[in-house]
Amino acid sequence: MSGSVWLDQSFTVFKSSEVTSMKRTVSVTVNGVAHQNEVEPRLLLVHYIRDVLGLTGTHIGCETSICGACTVILDGQSVKSCTMFAVQADGANVTTIEGMAANGDLHPVQEGFWEQHGLQCGYCTPGMIMAAAQILERNPDPTEADIRHGLEGNLCRCTGYQHIVEAVQNAARRMKGESATGD
Amino acid sequence: MAKYVGQRIKRTEDPRLIQGLGHYVDDIKLPDTLHVAFLRSMYAHARIKSIDTSEASHAPRVVAVYTGADVAGKIGSVPCAGALPGLKIPNYTVLATDHVTFVGHPIAAVVATDKYAARDAIDLIMVDYEELPVVVDVEEAAKGAPLVYEEYGDNIAYTLTSGEGDIEAALAGADHVLKQRIVHQRLIPIAMEGRGVLARYYPGEKELTIWTSTQIPHLARTQLAIMLGVPENKVRVIAPEVGGGFGSKLNVYAEEGLVSWISMQLGKPVKWIEGRRENIQATIHGRGQVGYIEVGCNNDGTITGLRYNVFADMGAYLQLLTPAIPTLTGLMLSGCYKIPAIQMNVTAVFTNKMSTDAYRGAGRPEATQVIERAADLIAAHLGMDPVDVRRKNFPEPDEFPFKTATGLFYDSGNYQGALDKALGMADYKKMREDQKKAREQGRVVGVGVSTYVEICAIGPSQATPAGGWESATVRIEPTGKVTILTGASPHGQGQETSFAQLAADELGVDLNDVTVIHGDTSIVQYGIGTFGSRGTAVGGTAVFNALQKLKEKATELAAHLLGADASSVAFKEGRFSVEAAMAAAGGNGDAGTEAPAPKSVSIQEVALAAHVAHQIPPGFEPGLSATNFFEPANFTFPFGTHIVQVEIDRETGQIDIQRYVAVDDCGKVLNPMLVDGQVHGGIVQSIGQALYEEAVYDDQGQLVTGTLMDYAIPKAAMIPWLELDRTETPSPVNPMGVKGVGEAGTIGATPAIVGAIVDALSPFGVRHLDMPIKPENVWRIISAQA
Repeated sequence: MSGSVWLDQSFTVFKSSEVTSMKRTVSVTVNGVAHQNEVEPRLLLVHYIRDVLGLTGTHIGCETSICGACTVILDGQSVKSCTMFAVQADGANVTTIEGMAANGDLHPVQEGFWEQHGLQCGYCTPGMIMAAAQILERNPDPTEADIRHGLEGNLCRCTGYQHIVEAVQNAARRMKGESATGD
Repeated sequence: MAKYVGQRIKRTEDPRLIQGLGHYVDDIKLPDTLHVAFLRSMYAHARIKSIDTSEASHAPRVVAVYTGADVAGKIGSVPCAGALPGLKIPNYTVLATDHVTFVGHPIAAVVATDKYAARDAIDLIMVDYEELPVVVDVEEAAKGAPLVYEEYGDNIAYTLTSGEGDIEAALAGADHVLKQRIVHQRLIPIAMEGRGVLARYYPGEKELTIWTSTQIPHLARTQLAIMLGVPENKVRVIAPEVGGGFGSKLNVYAEEGLVSWISMQLGKPVKWIEGRRENIQATIHGRGQVGYIEVGCNNDGTITGLRYNVFADMGAYLQLLTPAIPTLTGLMLSGCYKIPAIQMNVTAVFTNKMSTDAYRGAGRPEATQVIERAADLIAAHLGMDPVDVRRKNFPEPDEFPFKTATGLFYDSGNYQGALDKALGMADYKKMREDQKKAREQGRVVGVGVSTYVEICAIGPSQATPAGGWESATVRIEPTGKVTILTGASPHGQGQETSFAQLAADELGVDLNDVTVIHGDTSIVQYGIGTFGSRGTAVGGTAVFNALQKLKEKATELAAHLLGADASSVAFKEGRFSVEAAMAAAGGNGDAGTEAPAPKSVSIQEVALAAHVAHQIPPGFEPGLSATNFFEPANFTFPFGTHIVQVEIDRETGQIDIQRYVAVDDCGKVLNPMLVDGQVHGGIVQSIGQALYEEAVYDDQGQLVTGTLMDYAIPKAAMIPWLELDRTETPSPVNPMGVKGVGEAGTIGATPAIVGAIVDALSPFGVRHLDMPIKPENVWRIISAQA
């Protein structure tokens, strides 16, 4: 089967002007707030979050699902919002970095990153924190290897990861109600 | 012990960053912003016969399309600060006109009301290319064909010989001369935030504001003002939150000039945010040297001389510091050894690739790799322990300042001290015993040692293209809050915290009462920026000096308020008080019938009095601020020892770093947690260079490693636990004794990793391996002998 036949049968090619006229409605709850917007079907979830909702804490680092700077929690699962369309999030419940602190209190993972110097430039940090929160939700007592494995979808170029590993360990202790310093 | 300085203080930057509340360029939203997308060359070398933008211009939501012809003569060229004799600087226009010389070379810019529309319209531009022969390999390029620039007649940007001593005699008289070809592969910096520019021009005020992700806001302002023909005092450059740089943002880029110019043309804010693919193609690369080592040594391991003939890959254009990078290699070839004669011969070469420039370490990792590999080659040749070769050639601590044959004076050092500490931490003797046992069991185990020195605190102005000083203003506001304006431009290093620590201790105020402002040329006095491990050693010293000036001024006013002579006023923990003797004498001075002067006054009260100015001594300048421009007398030379133990899987060639021990000496430490963070990050970038990273162009100049799926920066699970410690040898170059640490990891680490792998494979006859050392290469070596 030639590529062109397959393409012709499977896809309809739109000109960009037509795409823009085909807006869809999405309803997404982000950090507990319900939103409804008309968006282009091709609008990436990360652009919806950043540009439509104005929540710029979620960053874009690679556009290929490698770096994880855009990680958010969608219906309980960490996802890379740069490789998902906003329309795919229709009806979903999304938590971004801005939704992590509650009532003025930092999330334990945020506390851990601050305490252990788990960030330098801060660009990967929101995604790291979202991924780390997911790791701890699945495994409250991860080993160093568990943490490193769990963070494989998130790149950091500044810290060399060691302080990030310690930040997640620190957060694990906080979430178990132990002394954060491990004393 | 100081309350803040030297302590592990949590960063004041972090609360905004961990909540996603920081503002990087793309987080700044201005109404009516237009968005730019670039069409970039898909060929490494081609003539542009024609460009047709008509369809793109009429695409939905497109506002304008610009090509090289549209901007020719209207925007100055991309600047290069090189000043080497005979240097050829190609004219790097912000958009190519008829000649593209690397994949990613910008050809046209589309401006649209949203970024999707801009990107769509890029595909509607028709370019008729005539492909030209491509030259990719640096040694091929040096031979002269094909030519990147016909008009030059060759591909040589410059040649340079540096070093001192009689190298011919040194090599001729040596018991042994060892030779080795060495490749320092091209690397891609990959700051997690790519570049980004937002420009806004107010035609009434004639003010241009440029938010750009840069390490050098003031230098960028000067250069952009020149490029755009706008008075420098009408240009405001703001480096907002900057998501990493590693040298890649120590530059002035075509896109910064062009996006600003477009904003001036259209009268609206204009934004361009670099995609990762663009970042990999068109933001500067690092390293890229192919060299030939000749090292002479005597039978006892004494190094007699070192020659390094190197082909340095410039890429197609010279960015800001491109030609300067190999000169830094030349300066540091002596490593931490006494070498009587050193010579470097540089052939700097144009190729059809992106420009190289400063990537973390910038020429010094190459030097360390050269001299440390040379030391290992000597050890292997003479059957000596690599530690003994190093120790044999160290200068003693009392030989500092130590003059090298590369023309430097190392400020201070105790190389033996750092080595001994690292050997102790690693239990080196046991490592070697374990290695012997492991080999008997058929396992492939190796140990590598690197003793490095680096050149930091760049630098004295005489040794830099323009201005090696740094500036700081410290002022106390009427409410007692302390503001520091620093010319440094931190972007992750944490100087909002460490500079605040300095001020809090010196002024006796709470850390949270200090704010550090940087990266805004309309707020901060002229500064140089953050690179070359200079932030704290030069910028921090300027803060320290300004604090001393500020205290002098405050003391003068406090004395007046206390009715005492300044010489009798003591300052401690935020309060000025008259010393006991003066207090006993009464101390109401010439206040006459007024109430007796207080015995002490807080610095906040002094600050208020300085602004209210009702009660100031004659001739006292109201306000309370002080500025220092600190010009360092020398570079600083941090050093250390890294020890690595690896085990290699015979079946797969997989390299497992089992131990990583590092002892670094960066002089006086302001915040040990931040220093550890810098060392960790640098070592991991070195692990990337040693094992994973390489910018690969194919023979047609296509960038094969064009995304993060192909260019392998280390992930968390690829990194071992790093065991760190420090020695602390103060620098005499600045009053705090700070040396700098930003690049230590990338300079000191690769030779230890490579050395360990070569050591592991030495039973297979291996004496040297070039980076990145991949499992496949290792497997081939092992299987060839199996």
